[in-house]
Amino acid sequence: MANVTIHEEDVLIREQGYDDHFHAHHHGDKYQTNFIFHYIFSMDHKIIARQFLITGIIWAIIGAAMSVVFRMQLGFPEESLTWIKPFLGKWIVVDPSTGIGKLAPEFYYALVTMHGTILVFFVLTAGLSGTFSNLLIPFQIGARDMASPFMNMLSYWFFFLAGIVMFYSLFLSTGPFSGGWVAYPPLSALPQASSGSGTGMTLWLVSLTLFVVSVLLGGINYITTVLNLRTKGMSLWRMPLTIWAFFVTAILGLLSFPVLASGFFMLIFDRSLGTSFFLSDIFIAGQALDRVGGSPILYQHLFWFLGHPEVYIIILPAMGIVSEVMAVHARKPIFGYRAMVYSILAIGFLSFIVWAHHMFMSGVNPFISNFFVVFTLIIAVPSAVKVFNWITTLYGGNIRLNTPMLFCIGFVSMFISGGLTGIFLGNSAIDIQMHDTYFVVAHFHIVMGVAAFFGMFAGIYHWFPRMYGRFMNETLGKVHFWGTIISAYAIFWPMHYIGMAGVPRRYFSFDTFDAFKHFTEMNKFITVFAIIAFFIQLVFVINFFYSIWYGRKMKTKNPWNATTLEWTTPIEPIHGNWPGNLPVVHRWAYDYNKDEREFVQQHIPLKEGEVGDH
Amino acid sequence: MENILVNKRNKIHPHKFALWAAMASITMMFGAFTSAYIVKQAAGNWLEFAMPVSFYISTLLIIISSVTLHISFSSFKIGNQSRYKSMLIVSLLLGVAFVIFQYFGWTELYAKGVDLKGNVSGSFFFLISGIHALHVIGGIAALIVATLHAYTLKFNVTEKRINRFDLVLNYWHFVDFLWIYLFIFLIISK
Repeated sequence: MANVTIHEEDVLIREQGYDDHFHAHHHGDKYQTNFIFHYIFSMDHKIIARQFLITGIIWAIIGAAMSVVFRMQLGFPEESLTWIKPFLGKWIVVDPSTGIGKLAPEFYYALVTMHGTILVFFVLTAGLSGTFSNLLIPFQIGARDMASPFMNMLSYWFFFLAGIVMFYSLFLSTGPFSGGWVAYPPLSALPQASSGSGTGMTLWLVSLTLFVVSVLLGGINYITTVLNLRTKGMSLWRMPLTIWAFFVTAILGLLSFPVLASGFFMLIFDRSLGTSFFLSDIFIAGQALDRVGGSPILYQHLFWFLGHPEVYIIILPAMGIVSEVMAVHARKPIFGYRAMVYSILAIGFLSFIVWAHHMFMSGVNPFISNFFVVFTLIIAVPSAVKVFNWITTLYGGNIRLNTPMLFCIGFVSMFISGGLTGIFLGNSAIDIQMHDTYFVVAHFHIVMGVAAFFGMFAGIYHWFPRMYGRFMNETLGKVHFWGTIISAYAIFWPMHYIGMAGVPRRYFSFDTFDAFKHFTEMNKFITVFAIIAFFIQLVFVINFFYSIWYGRKMKTKNPWNATTLEWTTPIEPIHGNWPGNLPVVHRWAYDYNKDEREFVQQHIPLKEGEVGDH
Repeated sequence: MENILVNKRNKIHPHKFALWAAMASITMMFGAFTSAYIVKQAAGNWLEFAMPVSFYISTLLIIISSVTLHISFSSFKIGNQSRYKSMLIVSLLLGVAFVIFQYFGWTELYAKGVDLKGNVSGSFFFLISGIHALHVIGGIAALIVATLHAYTLKFNVTEKRINRFDLVLNYWHFVDFLWIYLFIFLIISK
C-alpha cells in the first residue's frame, strides 16, 4: 500500500511539477566529478550542511572538554591534576615536593574564554544554523540549491579557516586569549595586559574576523535563496517555520555581525596602530599609559549590538526546528502558525534594541537603563506566545515519544526555566545583586546553551535519515536524552542558588572568601554532573558516527510521514535534489489529521471543496 | 547549474539581490562607525579641524565617475560600443583618481598635525575614510575586470553580460552614495 502511494507522488511531481529545464546528471556533473570536489570543496548544499555539522561536533567536543577541566578546578581544587599533564603540558604546574599538579590560573582564564568563544560562535552559530539552514532551505522551499553555491562553499571554508587559526592559538607558548569571550578592552586592547593578550588575542581577532566573513557569506545566501528561489506555489505564508526561523536568523546576522566587525577593526587599530578608541586613564605598574581620550564602554556598545542579536541567532533556528519536529511527531498542525511567525519577527526586531541590558553595571546612565529594561521585558511576550503554542501543539496530539520529540519537549522545558530567570536579570535594579554571578551563568547556559543544543539534537535525530539515508539508534538516543536533561538541570539548577548568594563567575578559586566556603559541596556536585554530562554526549557522538555507516536503512522516502518537501526527494540524494520537475506546492506545511487524512504533503493538490492553508 | 537561477518568476536577479543584501551589511558597519563617532564626540575631548580641500575634489570625482559609468551601462544596453568602452575607461580612471585624492587629503591632514595616533577625532576620520577607500578599491578591482572584458571579449549584448555589468554599476553607485553620506556626516558633525 505504502509503495503505491509513493509511486503516485512520483507521478504527481513528474506530471504536474514545475519544469525549470533542469537536467540531472547520473554520473555526476562538473560539481561532483571526483572525491575532492564531491566531498571536500563541494558546492552542494547537502554536503556543505554535513561539513558544518561534523566540524561543529568536533568543536563541541573540544569546548566541552575544556569546561570539564575548569570544572575540576572549581569542584575539586585540592585534587591533583597531574594526570592531565600529558595533554595540557606546562599549564599543569606540578609541585616538585608533593607531586601535586595544579591548573595554572592564567590557563584557567584561557579555558573559560575559549569555551565561551568556541561554543557561542563555532558550535551554536556555525554548527547549528550553518548545518540546518544549508540542509533545509533548498529542500523545504523546493530549490535545486542555494542562490550561489560558490559563496556557500566559501562560507564553509572561511569558517574552517577561522577554526584552524583558533585551534593554532591553543598551542601558543603564551596561551590563547584569556580575557573572556566578550574581549573587553583594555585586556583585549593592550598586548601587555596579560599573557593571552599578545599573540593569543591577535589570533583570536583574525579567527573571528574570518568567522564574520563566513557568517555574512552564508547569511546573504540564505536570505537570497529564501526570497528568490522558492518553487511555484510556495508563498511566504506556506513556508515551514524552520525556514521562517532561518530567514530571520540570517537577517539578524547580516545586520549585526558587521557592527561587531567595526568594533574589531577599531580594536585592531588600538592594538597595532597606536590609536586610542577604547583606551584612557590606564596605569600599568604605577605608570600612566600615554593613550588617552578613548572609552572602553564604546567597545561594549559595539560588541553587544552584535552580542544580543547573537543569542537569537543561536536560539531562533532551534525554535524553528522544534516547531517543525514537534508538529510532525505530535501529528498535529502547529498551533497558531501565524502567531509563531509574528513572534519570530517580533523577537528579531526587539533583539536590536535591548543590547545595553548586558551593561547595566558598566557605567551606563541609569535613566537610559530603564528604556532597555522595558524592551527586554517585552521580549517575554513573543517568547511566551511561542511556549504557549508549543504546549498547545502537544495537547491532544497523537504523540510519538521518540528521541527527536523528547528533545523538543526538553527544549521547551529548558526554555521556560531559563526564560524565567531572564525576567530577574532584565531588571536593572535586581541586576545590581545578580550581575557577574553564577546566576547569570545558569541563566544563559540553560536558555541559550542547553536549549539550543536540544533544538540541534532534535534536528539531528529527525533529519539524520535525510542526511545519511539511515536512522540513528533509538535506544542510545533515549539514553542520551535522559542523561543530558538530568545532568543539565543538576549542573545549572544549583548555580542559581550560588549566584543569588553573590558568588562571582570567572573566579579561579574561592579559598580566600569565607562567605563562599559553604558552597564547596555544591560545587563538587556540579562538577560531578558536568563530567557525567560530558560522557553522555560521547554516547551521542558514537551513535552519530556508527549510524552513518551501520544505522538502520531508510527504506521509504518519507519515514516520518511528514508533509514538507525534503521528504519527496529520492532516498539516494542527487545533485539538484529532484530528478525531473520541481514539486509545485498547493498547501501549507502542517496538514496533519485533516479531513480524515493522517497527513497531506505540501505538493498534493487540494481536493474539490477542500479549504487550503490555515 | 546556471539554470537554477533562470526563473521567470523572479523580479530581480538573485545575484543582484545578494549584492543588495551585502550593501545592507556594509551600511550597518559604517552606521556603527558613525554612531561610535557621535557617542565618542558627545563624551568630550574632541579635536576640531577643517576638512582638507582634496576631499572636496575627490567627492566631485567620484560623483562624476558614477555618472560616466551609468552612461557606459546604458550605451552597452543599446549597443553603442565606442561610448560604452570610452566611458568605462573614464570611470575607472576617475575611480583611481578618487583614491589618489583621498591620499592627498590624508597627507594634508598629517601636515597639519592631525594624525592617526593623536586625538580620537583624527583616528575616527582616518578609520572611516580609510575603510571606505578599501571598499572603493574593491570597486576598482571590479571595474578593471569589466574593462578587461570590454576589450578582450567579443562585443555582444547578452542577458548574462548585462546582469554582470549591472552588478558592478550597482556596487559603484553604492560606494559613491556611501561616500557622500560619510562626507556630509564628517562636515556636519565636527
